[in-house]
Amino acid sequence: MIAIVLRNIGRAAVTLAGLVALWQGLVWATGVAPYILPAPRLVASAWLGQVDYLLTNSAVTAAEMLLGLLFGGVLGAGSAILIASIAPARRWLLPVLVVSQAVPVFALAPVLVLWLGYGMASKVAMATLIIYFPVAGAFLDGLRRTEPGWLDLASVMTQNRWAILRSVRIPAALPALASGLRVAAAVAPIGAIIGEWVGSGAGLGFVMLHANGRAQTDLMFAALATLSALALLTYFTVDWSLRRAMPWQPETAADDGRF
Amino acid sequence: MPTHDSPGLAWGRPPTAELSIVEGATGVVIRDGHVTYSGPGDPSAGPLFHNLEAEFAGGLFTCLLGSSGVGKSSLLRMIAGLPPRQGTASGTVTDLDGKSLTGRVVYMDQRDLLLPWLTVLDNVLLGARLRGEPRQRGSALGLLAAVGLSGWEDARPEQLSGGMRQRAALARTLMENRPIVLMDEPFQALDAITRLALQDLSARLLAGRTVILVTHDPIEALRLGHHVQVLAGRPARLDPPVAPPGLPPRDPADPALVGMYRVLIARLQSAATQLAASKT
Repeated sequence: MIAIVLRNIGRAAVTLAGLVALWQGLVWATGVAPYILPAPRLVASAWLGQVDYLLTNSAVTAAEMLLGLLFGGVLGAGSAILIASIAPARRWLLPVLVVSQAVPVFALAPVLVLWLGYGMASKVAMATLIIYFPVAGAFLDGLRRTEPGWLDLASVMTQNRWAILRSVRIPAALPALASGLRVAAAVAPIGAIIGEWVGSGAGLGFVMLHANGRAQTDLMFAALATLSALALLTYFTVDWSLRRAMPWQPETAADDGRF
Repeated sequence: MPTHDSPGLAWGRPPTAELSIVEGATGVVIRDGHVTYSGPGDPSAGPLFHNLEAEFAGGLFTCLLGSSGVGKSSLLRMIAGLPPRQGTASGTVTDLDGKSLTGRVVYMDQRDLLLPWLTVLDNVLLGARLRGEPRQRGSALGLLAAVGLSGWEDARPEQLSGGMRQRAALARTLMENRPIVLMDEPFQALDAITRLALQDLSARLLAGRTVILVTHDPIEALRLGHHVQVLAGRPARLDPPVAPPGLPPRDPADPALVGMYRVLIARLQSAATQLAASKT
């Protein structure tokens, strides 16, 4: 297990090194000005020079993402259960679910900032909004597709639909919820950053916007790299915890030679 | 009484002479059963059941024999109070006193239907969990031992072979401790040896209950049924029950059964010919 993790990390490091080499090659080959595309070395020194500033602002963005994941996850899972189990809820909530995704979040960002202010609340709301749909959609899908045989078995054992929901339908749909949460973890940074772009005083989006305005392209790239690292860390943490939480989920490894 | 010896089978049943009926193992009565099937296939073929009347003896194994698609599973689902997979059903299913069977029935499918996120033990205790009753770990472990799964209680279903999974499903069925047991081709997916072993086990552990077992295998029906009934035609009718001699589980090589086997096969063949003729 540890060997596999190390091998994966090693592979990721090689890929990363290749990309950086390509980037450096591009800078050398084109001789482009550093304010258009700074060399990796410049970005690295900008990162090291402003490490406190970048990390403080990362913490803000990370908090926005995590709170968004929490609220979006709970709201999404909650509405999926309501929609799947109560017929009137289906009629009332399903349109809300679709609309939540049909309205471009970008268009809502200024309104949210207007209502909730320049602080963290508007960014958390934005992240929640963008996370809500994949979680609710995937979980609802899972809840609707319970193996009919399991439901037959359970309904001969009890008349209590809530017990069947709790002990059969919800656990059966957890792998679907996990897929939704993985997508959510991947899109969480988008929500937070959009919110910060529209108006904020802290966060990586704020840093990027600010650096861009002052033509500090190296700092902008440093912030971008930090954001990517944060996004990857979030995704893999969520992915890992979900795997740990659902050991019964059969896993077909992509490298077992069948694909 | 035929001697029953099954060398190599781990759970052979010692022949017993008397039959003690489990309390509440009443007969099952179906009145005015209608089932229309709306799945793939010929819609002009008409309903699966029309005005079906049937009665199954209490405390005995009744094996329902019929070809695929004749409506065996639909009939069993109707008794279990489950809606048909495709189509509509109506009719009344009661005990001999005209009372509903709700809460007295347990249903075992041809698939084991073990929940993959629960351990084998928790699967056996599923009914108690669903009804919010205290979980009787001790009895569940005892039943797992009876089906030869001692030591597997904490395993997940995916770690078990097909035969072991079906044995776990049998333990779950027994744990429900219901007087009426409905089994839909429960041993169909198993290899020959495992099937024989599980048939013996079921005959032993379910003795005295009202068991209605659906199968398309005449040998299985003759091995297990106190009564064997053929379901044939469209709309399907039940033939009068045949009672093979001796007590289940019978030795399938018993000469008395070979004759009955020929009769049942002939009956199934004529039903198949009739069905084919009615379709053209």
